[in-house]
Amino acid sequence: MPSPATVSPFLDPLEKLLSVHGTPAVVRAVEAGDDAGNARQAWIDSGFADLLMPEASGGAGLPLRMADELLRTCARRLLPWPLDATMIARAAFAGAGGAAPDGFVAIAPQTSVDADGRMLCRGVPDGAAADWILATVAEGAMLVPVREHRSEAVFRGGTVATDVFWHAQPAGTTPIPRGMDWMAIGACLMATRIAGAMERLLEMTLAHASTRAQFGKPLAAFQAVQQQLAVMAEQVAAARMAASIGMLAEGIEPDPLRAAIAKARTSEAVVEVTSIAHGVHGAIGIAAEFDLQLYTRRLHAWRLAFGTERRWQGVVGRALLAAEGPVLDAIVLRAAPPAA
Amino acid sequence: MGFDAGFSQALGARGWLGLTLPVEYGGGGRGPFARFVLVEELLAAGAPVGAHWIADRQSGPLLLKYGTEAQKRFHLPRICRGESFFCIGMSEPQSGSDLASVRTQAERVEGGWRLSGQKLWTTNAPRSHYMIALVRTSGTHDDRHRGLSQVIVDLAAPGVTIRPIRDLAGDAHFSEVFFDDVMLGEDAIVGQEGDGWAQVTAELAFERSGPERIYSSLALFDAWIAHVRSRAVPDQASVVLAGRLATHLAVLRELCVAVTAKLAAGESPVVEAALVKDLGTALEQAMPVAIADVIGAEDGPPAAAALMQALAYVTHVAPSFSLRGGTREILRGMIARGLGLR
Ligand SMILES: Cc1cc2nc3c(=O)[nH]c(=O)nc-3n(C[C@H](O)[C@H](O)[C@H](O)COP(=O)(O)OP(=O)(O)OC[C@H]3O[C@@H](n4cnc5c(N)ncnc54)[C@H](O)[C@@H]3O)c2cc1C
Repeated sequence: MPSPATVSPFLDPLEKLLSVHGTPAVVRAVEAGDDAGNARQAWIDSGFADLLMPEASGGAGLPLRMADELLRTCARRLLPWPLDATMIARAAFAGAGGAAPDGFVAIAPQTSVDADGRMLCRGVPDGAAADWILATVAEGAMLVPVREHRSEAVFRGGTVATDVFWHAQPAGTTPIPRGMDWMAIGACLMATRIAGAMERLLEMTLAHASTRAQFGKPLAAFQAVQQQLAVMAEQVAAARMAASIGMLAEGIEPDPLRAAIAKARTSEAVVEVTSIAHGVHGAIGIAAEFDLQLYTRRLHAWRLAFGTERRWQGVVGRALLAAEGPVLDAIVLRAAPPAA
Repeated sequence: MGFDAGFSQALGARGWLGLTLPVEYGGGGRGPFARFVLVEELLAAGAPVGAHWIADRQSGPLLLKYGTEAQKRFHLPRICRGESFFCIGMSEPQSGSDLASVRTQAERVEGGWRLSGQKLWTTNAPRSHYMIALVRTSGTHDDRHRGLSQVIVDLAAPGVTIRPIRDLAGDAHFSEVFFDDVMLGEDAIVGQEGDGWAQVTAELAFERSGPERIYSSLALFDAWIAHVRSRAVPDQASVVLAGRLATHLAVLRELCVAVTAKLAAGESPVVEAALVKDLGTALEQAMPVAIADVIGAEDGPPAAAALMQALAYVTHVAPSFSLRGGTREILRGMIARGLGLR
């Protein structure tokens, strides 16, 4: 329901690129471990990854809030590379006086280094499709090459998150010391992905309900089905608003409270939205060749990535309890956009 | 929602009633956003806004949109001063969700209209000056949406009988209202005769879009938060619940703002308002259930009596949240229509 004041001039070219290099076939290929080299290169060459970078560094200097619709649009197509994380990482490195190397960057929610210098990044969304992993180590955030010293992706588990393991501390970029909260950034980006994928899922489910007929009429004609779809639409509207709240930032870094609200509310919606989508689709939704499962499996993965609703509800709850005064002042109005 | 005519008049004196109505009719000449801000503060403070609530929220805007110049000149300044309180005459014994089946009839007679029938569940009827009622002015109830009109009824007129109905919390906020050949003047019709259905739909968009639809349980929420804050170490379940409820509230509030933006742009966001109301009432109803669950699982000294009383009260009245202003099923049906399913 929130409508951006102006339509981004980048939206049209983005849609065009997605229609060629963001098709379900590309999504399936990348998930299967294929490099999808052509499409991948087209995205790297497109320059979209530089949108948040300062203009002085050759970027477009967009604030995060202006990327809201663009990233939701990518999520509607399940773009299989972490363009979102790459955009923020490139801007962060440029802002810190460095430069991120070319290629896709995935943010690691967790990094651990053991006594022998072996490094493990757990549950990295799109870790297998990225060139670099942004790992938070003692000195700050650094980009480490995925393909160097890597053992295999330790855990795929039918999701798009990967554990990446290096036998020795890999040589990466110089860390950027600035204290950016990469957990909150990741959460905010996942919230936007969830919102975008859900929007598309709703459209697919509405279309299915209107075309599939049983008992001589479309499923959409049954009141029980209508009521479920209304509930789904409500949850999608709430998720979309929540994600937009998360992206309400003038710089490249989301406000931590807003990011928490965004991830908590979108993740919570995942369960009901995917369950209604599958219910209305019936058995066809379980079929691998049907696109529905591409969406619902990712929605479950993104719910988990960078923390489920319970984690972020805890963050919001602690903020509320630590504050004084009513919830309206402590949380609700703090998260609201500044008055125009 | 407390009822205090003096408080309403004091708000009127400050220029805080009819904020969206034009200055020439005594209003504030401001937009829906100004009203949103003011209303949000009043609700957050638990102010007794019940007396003027319906007039300020929907009857005033309805009259402004559809009323004659004389109706506007007469009613709007009184609404803005907090002197005229209105109630909503839609439901009847045989017409709840199926509002188009109303049987109360206004019959054309010499010099005006003669009203007979009955309204039910009318909030604040005994303390209101006027009712805007949806009635049949032609045809029979089989004609459904055709032949319905909205009329202004002076509740002090002869033939009007009001009987309060006690509710499960012991209050008597709503009533039944009988019309026994009540004479209405020529000017009783609001808008066009026969356009009642379209008008009532527009009116309901005002009724459903306000922030009060998400803040009914706010006082309970704040009382409970104060309780959790008073504990040395809050339990994890309470922390997470506090965050969950606050998260929902923050998102709903922005959805409300988005609906208000549509009202401000002159649209009638019927479907969006239904969506926000249904989401909002689900949260309001979840609050007492979830809060009771964590309070009841706590060790340590019992919660203060005032909190437990607020909890009991909201628990008891919560079912009404998804009835008044259109039931859950009816709202979801409207959303489904908005989605193109029917
Ligand atoms: C606190 C309170 C204040 C109120 N104040 C006012 C007021 O000021 N003025 C006024 O006019 N009215 C008022 N009402 C009445 C309110 O508008 C009605 O309760 C509401 O419209 C539902 O009508 P009903 O109660 O007759 O229920 P019914 O219409 O009989 O519905 C009963 C159940 O059946 C379901 N149902 C009905 N039709 C369908 C359908 N087609 N498909 C699926 N399910 C269906 C409903 O969703 C509901 O669950 C108030 C109600 C309450 C609780």
